[in-house]
Amino acid sequence: MSDAALIYVRHRDKEESYLQHGHTLWSWLATTDHKRIGILYALSITFFFFIGGMAAGIVRIELMFPHGEFLSDDAYNRMFTLHGIIMVWFFLVPSIPTTLGNFMMPMMIGARDVAFPRLNLMSWYIFVIGACFAIFSIVAGGVDTGWTFYTPLSTMFSNGAVISAAAGVFIVGFSSIATGVNFITTVHMLRAPGMAWFRLPLFVWAIYATSLVMVLATPVLAMSLLLVMAERWLGMPIFNPANGGDPILFQHLFWFYSHPAVYIMVLPAMGVVSEVFACFARRRVFGYAMMVYAMMAIAVIGFFVWGHHMFVAGESQYANLIFSFLSFIVAVPSAIKVFNWTATLYRGQITFEAPLIYALGFLGLFTTGGLTGLFLASVPIDVHVTDTYFVVAHFHYIMVGGSVSAFFAGLHFWWPKITGRLYSEAWARFAAIVMFLGFNTTFMPQFIMGYGGMPRRYHVYPPEFQVWHVMSSVGGIVLFVAYTLPLIYLTWSLFYGKKAGANPWGATGLEWQTASPPPKDNFEALPRVKAAPYAYHPDREAPDPDKREPETMQGEMP
Amino acid sequence: MTGAFPPEASVYAGQWDRLFAVLATVSALVVLLIFLLIVGFSIRYRRGSRAPRGFLPEIITNELELTWTSATAIAFLFLFWWAAVQQLHNIVPPKNAIELHVVAKQWMWKVQQPNGVREINELHAPVGRPVRLIMTSQDVIHSLFLPALRLKQDVLPGRYTYLWFTADKPGVYHLLCAELCGTEHSRMTGRLVLMTPADYARWSAAQPGAENLAADGEKLFRSFGCSGCHAPGANVHAPDLDGVFGRKVHTADDRTVTADEAYLRDSILLPQKDVVAGFKPIMPSFQGIVNDDAMVKLIAYLKSLSAGTRP
Repeated sequence: MSDAALIYVRHRDKEESYLQHGHTLWSWLATTDHKRIGILYALSITFFFFIGGMAAGIVRIELMFPHGEFLSDDAYNRMFTLHGIIMVWFFLVPSIPTTLGNFMMPMMIGARDVAFPRLNLMSWYIFVIGACFAIFSIVAGGVDTGWTFYTPLSTMFSNGAVISAAAGVFIVGFSSIATGVNFITTVHMLRAPGMAWFRLPLFVWAIYATSLVMVLATPVLAMSLLLVMAERWLGMPIFNPANGGDPILFQHLFWFYSHPAVYIMVLPAMGVVSEVFACFARRRVFGYAMMVYAMMAIAVIGFFVWGHHMFVAGESQYANLIFSFLSFIVAVPSAIKVFNWTATLYRGQITFEAPLIYALGFLGLFTTGGLTGLFLASVPIDVHVTDTYFVVAHFHYIMVGGSVSAFFAGLHFWWPKITGRLYSEAWARFAAIVMFLGFNTTFMPQFIMGYGGMPRRYHVYPPEFQVWHVMSSVGGIVLFVAYTLPLIYLTWSLFYGKKAGANPWGATGLEWQTASPPPKDNFEALPRVKAAPYAYHPDREAPDPDKREPETMQGEMP
Repeated sequence: MTGAFPPEASVYAGQWDRLFAVLATVSALVVLLIFLLIVGFSIRYRRGSRAPRGFLPEIITNELELTWTSATAIAFLFLFWWAAVQQLHNIVPPKNAIELHVVAKQWMWKVQQPNGVREINELHAPVGRPVRLIMTSQDVIHSLFLPALRLKQDVLPGRYTYLWFTADKPGVYHLLCAELCGTEHSRMTGRLVLMTPADYARWSAAQPGAENLAADGEKLFRSFGCSGCHAPGANVHAPDLDGVFGRKVHTADDRTVTADEAYLRDSILLPQKDVVAGFKPIMPSFQGIVNDDAMVKLIAYLKSLSAGTRP
């Protein structure tokens, strides 16, 4: 290519964002651009978020009355199973990594795309195929095993569409694995010159740690679901004790995936809020290195605590003791992160834009969820509150209060970059506050009734719990409003929002050093990295009150 | 019962509530601390406030981080130790426990008292005496949940699990299934009735079918033909079952197993699994012949041979 041609290419790129690069449906469905694939994922998981949310809404309406007012036993069991399966595998697991991770991670390390762009597109198609199976199982009448597929109920006794649901989850697992492999390779191979490992933004570290967990844990889920299908479909004796099988074996396999899966859901959230706290406090993240070690520790130790889901399953008491100990240990790095985020605010120049309000919501809810995790790590307490609403509240605090709040924090933080538009700040702040209040109203009563002995998965329940269920359902309505608001004002911003400019928040990352929305190849020319992330102020000095621009941007544009 | 706060029907429940209260207090304090720090920092260090920032002292990073890491770890280890001690104290049931058999099935609880009285979805037990539940399931996994005693244990098909408690407050409490077991899971509930020993004795004597479980078992032991081989002086060479329960048994493949309920059950249904050293594997399986009810009685009979009190 001659110099003249190069200049021409640059000139064209400057004008053409990734959104303008092809307008046909085919240009989206056959794209290998990580940004467009991120958006395909975002549309898919938003769809499933509202399907799963509707199921939750029906469950909450049913639970306002103690005698099973509206739904039959089977219909109720199918409804919460639908909620669980859709929310875990078709929303939470892919949520942050495949949307914000896909879109932002390559830009944050200064790459033009992920390492395997076509594999990236294939991941999305595998997700869609898995989703088709899941939708088929809903249409075919649903599943009543709970999202946990416990045997021998799921293999021998359930009369729902277990095989298609398990097949859907099995297939979607391959999409996770492919994404994980792709992201790991990308972080290893495609970092811009100067982007040393300890210059990576924490969001990239989080996505990297998550990808490791995905690649190592998801195959175990695939195996266990395959065995469920083999027993149910082909009658192979694996878990059913009537044929000499072992029903507990399934729980070991299932939780060996599903406990690390919690970290698949929450590690990316930790990454997002680290970016947001730093940017809006104008501070370097407190204890960057410790934050990295803590994330890696969580990813590793998370593999050794699965037994705490089985304290009452018939596990040896001495095994319980060891799993209890490890569960306390895995909580230490999470606690460190909470302290470090809080300390990041110290001596900052804090402004309260919507992303920070969502991130503060994350911090409060994640802390509550984490502390109640200590209750469940204590064997005697777990014995009483496991399989009650206490557990339900606990994991919603982590996975919804934590991960979903952080997802919204990230969505609002990077929305101007993704779309090139600014949303209504007032509405976004309002929604963030309503979400926090609605969430607590919904789930705080569930801790109380769980302590009181209200079992989960009951739609006929002792009437003394009704008052807490009604409170929880009222909170659910508030939460529904809070989740619908962003859909409206963010859509509105696409058409009427102000132009954002390249770097509306004055953030330091490489992704902010290119146009909004970014050109198809992310950068006109690849940046060189010259600084650690979050250089909002000179090292050891406090941020300047008058100047909003960061001390040093991370990249140097040639 | 007031509101959602479950009654305490045992000393253990009281200990449990104390541990829970301490954890709840510690958690509330931590949440409060974080909340105050966030609100404090948000106000003091809001953009343009006059609070001095100045240079950041070195100590703020390293030593502070080290402090809260080790403080957290020590606090967690203490909580672990406390919970573990409580757990370990309650592992081994007292020797003199009354034994009740619980059989779960979709969707009911069947309970058999030591004197053979059967109950459905009710569990009567005396206060002031240790009670041990020996539980199994006929189909899927269930979970016996007794909130007033702060106890729960999954009930598994093809296997025995155990719970024990010493209650101290007579009354009627919830008995629930806590593990999703199919359509009528939320209706698989009943009553835990705790009675004074005198009331319990009166109640159990007044029930129809009050016989001795072990005596029933002895009849079955004859009618199934077990006595043909296992009786002393039988022609077939089979192990003597006098005092077998609780004994260490050497198997033909050179292992040592304890003859507990699960061992006896397996020996009847899967006789080839633990063949006793010095005997031929000639016993037929009684799978499909001995059901769970009969098993309860047979085991009660075999246990009575060890207690030295033949019925």
